Amino acid sequence: MTLKQTASQTVGPFFAYGLTPQQYGYQMTSIADGDLLSPEVAGERIRIEGRVFDGAGAPMNDAMLEIWQADAQGRYAHPADTRGSNTGFKGFGRTGTGTDPEQRFIFETIKPGSIADGQAPHINVVVFARGLVNHVYTRIYFSDEAAANAADAVFNSVPEERRQTLLATRTDAPGGPVYRFDIHMQGESETVFFDV
Amino acid sequence: MSDQSPYNPRDWETQAKFIDAGYKSTGLRGPKKPMIPISQSLSELTGPVFGHDSTDPIDADLTRNGARNGEPLGERIVVTGRVLDENGRPQPNMLVEVWQTNAAGRYIHAADQHDAPLDPNFFGGGRCVTDAEGNYRFKTLKPAAYPWGNHPNAWRPAHIHYSLFGPSLATRLVTQMYFPGDPLLALDPIFNTAPPGARERLIADFSIDVTEEGYALGYVFDLVLRGRRQTPMED
Repeated sequence: MTLKQTASQTVGPFFAYGLTPQQYGYQMTSIADGDLLSPEVAGERIRIEGRVFDGAGAPMNDAMLEIWQADAQGRYAHPADTRGSNTGFKGFGRTGTGTDPEQRFIFETIKPGSIADGQAPHINVVVFARGLVNHVYTRIYFSDEAAANAADAVFNSVPEERRQTLLATRTDAPGGPVYRFDIHMQGESETVFFDV
Repeated sequence: MSDQSPYNPRDWETQAKFIDAGYKSTGLRGPKKPMIPISQSLSELTGPVFGHDSTDPIDADLTRNGARNGEPLGERIVVTGRVLDENGRPQPNMLVEVWQTNAAGRYIHAADQHDAPLDPNFFGGGRCVTDAEGNYRFKTLKPAAYPWGNHPNAWRPAHIHYSLFGPSLATRLVTQMYFPGDPLLALDPIFNTAPPGARERLIADFSIDVTEEGYALGYVFDLVLRGRRQTPMED
């Protein structure tokens, strides 16, 4: 290595007009938002919602989440995935927790497929916030994929008592399936963050 | 076959500690349990792709992209630099997003309560995509210091926020760029979350070569993303 990494700094409290402008009503287009769907995207439509809690148990209204996921066939829209991916599905979402009255983040997406044999379906999550000096990585696994989760090497690398923090729990609502996924920055139920 | 070798880990001698007594908000927000190691798979080696079609040239000119009925007030500057990886490789076609205060130290953000004037002709957000050599370039106004509530008489030094993806999820970077010679740097808890050595690299260099005669002062700020692990040659 010839150069040193640039140090991360907090995203701060005022990212919204720069990174999530349309969601917050600013006059600039957003590069992405919480809706990953378009009519031609194949796969099971799902909603993922949750909140981000600080160490005092208070929901954070100035966090930003990004998700990165494969399509319903488990393929990423990126050149390193040589299998190609579904037309119209980019697999990236970004949303802030500051526009929902309950401080929820909400993603409208599809359930990803398994990326490779032995891997359970999962969605990669990146969290940014005021007071968070480095972004953190976690994964969403699905509560209705117990058998696949049990065979997933990453899921199983997590101490058993903490695996629950990676599980989004499914509810079949009239509008379609909703997965609940809360993130705890600290405390007894601190979410598992991966050293990616 | 595309390169599937993993990225170097985050360099924890360069990156900040999650809990930092000086920056109070970290106390309840930085994770405290050890992170779980993960071996990088396609999930981490891929990431969102934003090419040149994701931006418009005016997005890189913050002196114009928020103008409604005239020019914004303040000192015009040009900020440019290269996006590289740790191996010194330029990172072409990479999205760079920025946001900053106006020249009075006020964010357009609705939650900014600082009693400094908004500028009807300045928005403060911009983006561009690096060229084939990894160069980016913004025209903007020099941002200004503003007070915040971290401790008595706390002031943030002037800064520009940066957000970059790089080629994968593993190379994601959000950071802040500062200006040389600012007396507030030594007093700023956020700047100082970066370890000694690393924090100095968050300060742009003034450049007379980048300075445009009769128009704007020039600053250079390079960013270094995680690079792919280079396997030592075997004997």
